[in-house]
Amino acid sequence: MTSAPWLSLTIWIPIAFGVAVLAFNDRHAATVRRIALIGAVLGLAVSLPLYTGFNTQTSAMQFVELAPWIPRFSINYNLGVDGISVLFILLNSFITVLVVIAGWASITKRVAQYMAAFLIMSGLLNGVFAALDAMLFYVFFEATLIPMFIIIGVWGGPNRVYAALKFFLYTLLGSLLMLVSFLYLYDKSGGSFSIQDWWRLPLPLGVQILLFFGFLLGFAVKVPMWPVHTWLPDAHVEAPTGGSVILAAIMLKMGGYGFLRFSLPMFPVASHLLGPLVFWMSAIAIVYTSLVALVQEDMKKLIAYSSVAHMGFVTMGLFSLDAQGVQGAVFQMVSHGLVSGALFLCVGVVYDRMHTREISAYGGLARRMPLYAFALMLFTMANVGLPGTSGFVGEFLTLIGAFAASTWVALGATTGVILSAAYALWLYRRVAFGALDKPSLAAIADLEPREVLVLAPLALLVVYYGVHPQPILDASQASVDALLRGVGAALASAAKAAAYAQL
Amino acid sequence: MYQAIVFLPLLGALLGEPVGLRAGARAAEILTTGLLLLCAALSWAAFFQVGYGAQAHALVVPVAQWLKVGDLDVSWALRIDALTATMLVVVTSVSGLVHLYSIGYMAEDPSRPRFFSYLSLFTFAMLMLVTADNLVQMFFGWEGVGLASYLLIGFWYEKPSANAAAIKAFVVNRVGDFGFALGIFLVFALTKSVSFDAIFAAAPGLAGKSVHAFGMDVDALTLACLLLFMGAMGKSAQFLLHTWLPDAMEGPTPVSALIHAATMVTAGVFMVARLSPLFAHAPAALGFVTAVGATTALFAATVGLVQNDIKRVIAYSTCSQLGYMFVALGVGAYGVGIFHLFTHAFFKALLFLGAGSVIHAMHHEQDMRNMGGLRTKIPLTFWAMTVGTLALTGFPFTAGYYSKDAIIEAAYAGQGWTATYGFLCTVVAAGLTSFYSWRLVFMTFFGEPRAFGAHAHDDHAHGDDAHAHEPHESPATMLVPLALLSLGALAAGFAFHGAFVAPGAEAFWKGSIADMSGAVDAMEKVPGFVSLLPTLMMVGGFLVAYAMYVMRPGSADALAKAMPLAYRFLLNKWYFDELYDFLFVRPAFWLGRLFWKGGDGRIIDGFGPDGVSSEVLAVSGRVVRLQSGYVYHYAFAMMLGIAAIITWYLFMGVR
Repeated sequence: MTSAPWLSLTIWIPIAFGVAVLAFNDRHAATVRRIALIGAVLGLAVSLPLYTGFNTQTSAMQFVELAPWIPRFSINYNLGVDGISVLFILLNSFITVLVVIAGWASITKRVAQYMAAFLIMSGLLNGVFAALDAMLFYVFFEATLIPMFIIIGVWGGPNRVYAALKFFLYTLLGSLLMLVSFLYLYDKSGGSFSIQDWWRLPLPLGVQILLFFGFLLGFAVKVPMWPVHTWLPDAHVEAPTGGSVILAAIMLKMGGYGFLRFSLPMFPVASHLLGPLVFWMSAIAIVYTSLVALVQEDMKKLIAYSSVAHMGFVTMGLFSLDAQGVQGAVFQMVSHGLVSGALFLCVGVVYDRMHTREISAYGGLARRMPLYAFALMLFTMANVGLPGTSGFVGEFLTLIGAFAASTWVALGATTGVILSAAYALWLYRRVAFGALDKPSLAAIADLEPREVLVLAPLALLVVYYGVHPQPILDASQASVDALLRGVGAALASAAKAAAYAQL
Repeated sequence: MYQAIVFLPLLGALLGEPVGLRAGARAAEILTTGLLLLCAALSWAAFFQVGYGAQAHALVVPVAQWLKVGDLDVSWALRIDALTATMLVVVTSVSGLVHLYSIGYMAEDPSRPRFFSYLSLFTFAMLMLVTADNLVQMFFGWEGVGLASYLLIGFWYEKPSANAAAIKAFVVNRVGDFGFALGIFLVFALTKSVSFDAIFAAAPGLAGKSVHAFGMDVDALTLACLLLFMGAMGKSAQFLLHTWLPDAMEGPTPVSALIHAATMVTAGVFMVARLSPLFAHAPAALGFVTAVGATTALFAATVGLVQNDIKRVIAYSTCSQLGYMFVALGVGAYGVGIFHLFTHAFFKALLFLGAGSVIHAMHHEQDMRNMGGLRTKIPLTFWAMTVGTLALTGFPFTAGYYSKDAIIEAAYAGQGWTATYGFLCTVVAAGLTSFYSWRLVFMTFFGEPRAFGAHAHDDHAHGDDAHAHEPHESPATMLVPLALLSLGALAAGFAFHGAFVAPGAEAFWKGSIADMSGAVDAMEKVPGFVSLLPTLMMVGGFLVAYAMYVMRPGSADALAKAMPLAYRFLLNKWYFDELYDFLFVRPAFWLGRLFWKGGDGRIIDGFGPDGVSSEVLAVSGRVVRLQSGYVYHYAFAMMLGIAAIITWYLFMGVR
């Protein structure tokens, strides 16, 4: 069973189906939807062996595939997963199925292109998380921009061109420096693009710092960290529901994943030294964007800003460089994928009915949409980090990690629990509570079975991982421990070197 | 058995709504109420078994692993000791009776299954809180009751005031939880554990040690306890974080009785008692607990003097009584604080449910100025309320007499200026308590009927048809809980005084709270006038109220007119809401707008992408207009974008 190239399958099956549906036009929309669903489900199915066959005891790469790609530059088609990346592949394959179902009825124009974009995107994202060759990583990393650019640019709202370009501009700019850094590392490692080789490169502190910044911009834009976050609210607002879901649930995770895969293991001393910078940017992100979320009038913008705040917990946890913080950050990424994805799906539900995201256009939905109100309440509570939901575990662990590293940052970030309650409940109150007195809402219908099918698995997972987060924590534990051991050793030898220098 | 006590309410919460939809609201009511009454029966059995049995140590029933990361190891487990058993009895008894009562009280509400589900959900969360074996599970219950409270305050979600109150309750509680969370982080940083046994074992070793946090070197345990206590201040509506409790009265009255009087708001008291082995090593933190409790006891009592909404009077009374409990905890008389929590649960739930019965009888009228003369119309309710008032004011041999007087004695016997301050505040508050409690009874049940009959009011919301009905006595489902709670209000003090607070109470507590023998011994030695003082204050308060509201009705209004400033100050609750609105709410929204329009819009985007992309946009906009709609046009726009970026990059590079 493990002999099959499961990782390649998770990448290429969705892409193959995505290309295949392009052969159809809108007259065959029903067929397209069915094929797309089969592709997405197959994509999820071939990712399951990664879960069942995964050995949580080791930090070594598993399901490794290695084939030469461009031998002249020793670029390899090298895939493999550890306890961190496997989580994102599973999450991505799972969310893709939901996104395909979510776009079932609401997308009626250029259905084939829409489904193709999502399926191809799904394959590319899996590629990002599975790549062990830096060039391969870079290709996947950049390639994901194109389907998302098209998703926003074609199926987006009225201001889609601006949003798409802003999205593109930011992310491409961010990754250019990363490419330069790659080339430097290629040179230093004696001509290797293997990420794992790069982990073992001893780099002087000055170089570490430069490269750290080279990567920082690329990943910070993706996360996104304050102050390079402003593309996200615009992108979310203009993107169709499915686009927002993938963007929030998976694409943002590429940034956090990048820190884990590149910055922390390759530049441990720089990460330690510059940790406070990232720390403060994270704390500022949490407070700043939470306050901004408070005054939003557009549902999606509010959730987008809340996303930035929640990703602030991720970066804060990562650079705390302790077990709780880093594991918490990994968990928070998965949890945020479920919760923010669900919230955007919830916005999509009412958007499909009313074609507006203005919060003031709603009110009193609980009266006519009790199921919807229940689902939205559950995800809202997960978003504010109520214990018993997955949202709590990530926030709690990252905060406990941050507290050990800096009490001030933890203090600032913990105010996020107050502010998130304020903006999330204030949103809920304006949408679901109050009297249902707007004539336009008088006939609004509750969730239909298809929507329940999409939201129910997310709801179950959010609660399940809130009460029993151990499957995720166990999966990532060995890899995170190995990472932290490496960082610790590097710091220790750096300290020793510094001590010698003192003599 | 313990699993059943905790998880049966969860079952009720999960099944309530679906059962209600399929089999009707009555089925949901019977199911949830039945489960809760079963829980209550089991809890009493547990109480006698644990409290009066021979088992010396806390029993920990493991349930499941929750979180394990590095040193952090958090389990789901039920910790059963005398303190927990006491709370189990309080929570399940009051909850069971409130469930029963709600069958009558909520009979006309179309969303009853949801209501009962929420009540059971609350009970489950509260039970998780009191059975927690570690700080994180306690936090789970803590926030869980907060959620249930939020849902129930906002139960009538079409009312804007109910929504506002619900959000306020949750957010203000979150302010407290902010401290609680930081406290957990600090405790973990100090002890590398969050489980109670490990923390308590480490506490003596940490006493006097300092820690570097927030840029200062401070006493580690003092800081930890103060942070944790901040959570208690939020949950128990103590001075500065009290503003949500009066507003929480927007919820249905049974909710007020269960959550905002008898159980949830006492969680803070429970927390300090549970962590008393930690607090005992942080005397400065204990002093702070006393000072806050004393201030709250007095402050809330002054506001209670002039409120006209029957529920708000009782809400401020609750706030004040919670202050009493903290005074007791702060002077080291932990058992005394829990004893008052225990007795208070009975008589305050009784008062709220009695008030609910009055409101029910008056067709949802809550303003006491529109009541009066109800004594003969609803005699059973009147007697229940009178019993509750006697117990609250500490009439000899009722429940409050034992517990409240014990607090005043403990404060007198306590060490340090905070104890003295606590003594003075609680004594004065005792008089005020008596006054506002009897004022409530006199305004509601005595004098001329003011709402119905000759002069109808047209200045309030309820329609004329409401006044067409005579006040009526409540159904049996409501009267039975009143009767049982009356029994508790009369006898709970007398029956359990010996076990909870008398010398030798350690035999009951068995180490579940920190040693309090010093405090208890000192209480035994207080001079006789101290024991007599609360009773005197009670009589004084009663007489003044009688004079102002029965003998010479109207004299209260005259007094208010004579001192308009003081009256307005009290009526407006010391202007805390206005102050917080000015200090926190407005600035938060103002900052949000500033960061959004100014920070994101003008600064980040203005100097960043917009400057560049506006050029690109102008070009691509023209392109799109040519033949809008095809994918490759967007791809083309994308190319242009890339070209623009590269150009920009080269340009920047040259410079």
